[in-house]
Amino acid sequence: MNGFHWDWAFTWEVLPMILSAAKVTLLATLLGSIFAIVMGLVFALLRRNNSRTLRISTYWVVEFIRSTPLLVQIFFLYYVMPEFGISMSPLATGVFALGLHYGAYLSEVFRSGIDGIEKGQWEAARALNLTIFDTYKDIVLPQAIRPMIPATGNYIIAMFKETPQLSAITLLEMLQMAKIIGSENFRYLEPFTLVGILYLVFSLLAAYGIHQVERRFPKEGFSLK
Amino acid sequence: MEFGEIVSVLLQGAIVTIEIVAMALPLAVLMAFSFGLIRLYAPAPFKQIAIVYIEFFRGTSALIQLYWIYFVLPFFGITIDAMTAAVVALGLNIGAYGTEVVRGAIQSVPKGQYEASIALNFTASQRLWRIIMPQALVNMIPPFGNLAIELVKATSLVSLITIGDLTFKAKMLADTTLQVGEIFGVVLLFYFVMAQFLVFFIRRLETHLSKGLGRGGLHS
Repeated sequence: MNGFHWDWAFTWEVLPMILSAAKVTLLATLLGSIFAIVMGLVFALLRRNNSRTLRISTYWVVEFIRSTPLLVQIFFLYYVMPEFGISMSPLATGVFALGLHYGAYLSEVFRSGIDGIEKGQWEAARALNLTIFDTYKDIVLPQAIRPMIPATGNYIIAMFKETPQLSAITLLEMLQMAKIIGSENFRYLEPFTLVGILYLVFSLLAAYGIHQVERRFPKEGFSLK
Repeated sequence: MEFGEIVSVLLQGAIVTIEIVAMALPLAVLMAFSFGLIRLYAPAPFKQIAIVYIEFFRGTSALIQLYWIYFVLPFFGITIDAMTAAVVALGLNIGAYGTEVVRGAIQSVPKGQYEASIALNFTASQRLWRIIMPQALVNMIPPFGNLAIELVKATSLVSLITIGDLTFKAKMLADTTLQVGEIFGVVLLFYFVMAQFLVFFIRRLETHLSKGLGRGGLHS
């Protein structure tokens, strides 16, 4: 075994490849978060719908998505969607799966954020004859967003840390790249450790970033216009 | 392939999944309590070690930790089989999240309880185990329950280091029989049932542990 020592030359050789794969990881996280926020809002609003059937079925859908593994959901989308004639690239499948999975988690955050708005605000909006759309856009969401930031941010970081699972459907993100480099060179130490360190650095930076966003965010809400 | 055959192959996988959970969960609880308490009460060098462990395992992904333990440790002359790697990786990962649960629950016990136990001249260990811990334990149950569900979900990762768990069997069947819809549908349902079973069990445990604590006001 000659692998006991850390090989710096090898490290510098593989670092650019891993960094270029990091772009795919970050892209999947970015697109996944956008999709998750949209899905989270949809789920949250469906759970506030007037129809009882719709509320209960949304609850169980969210519960189901939350309590089954992301990896199996990724496989499900990747293998089963083509049966219905929908073939998607690994990246699109991954974004879809991440968005759906974390959308289910985010819906709880959004729901409690919206529930946190005082009843008087809704009544005032109604008294001012605002439409339901305007009530959400101008009254509810601007006030609800700030308290939602920390939890939303944590889920996005959690999503970022689950992107390596997309390597299972051959997406060439950081971990998949490290695995390929490792198997070609019979050295896993440096590529896997580099990927681990990069994840640590990115998630610490993201946590700091979220804290800054929350701190700068106006307490009294802001205009969405 | 008959639907019954598919289900029976998947059931074998489900047993492996349950085995992994049964082994990783005690490890996670052990890590959570030991490092949670070290983080709170131990002197400086131990506290720093705990923080490094917690931040490292919470800051990187579970899958990378699993790969690191399985593929990289052999380079250091530590060869472990896939099953051990899986249990260690998942136990340490969930355990790291658990330390925060333990810490938060202990800190949420009202300060008056500490002061009263000091006033009554309890020793430090009596204070922790007789006064604080029984109350903190009740607060820990719901978040620990969520972590247990996270653990069940995370076991699906072990299929990627060739352990024949539920996800692995599903992937294998899907590749050979092409009846992908049924297979992955059943697998999702299996995981869902396992999670719901945990939810039920955790609720029972919570009611059981809150007995005699004077919680719940008029409902108890």
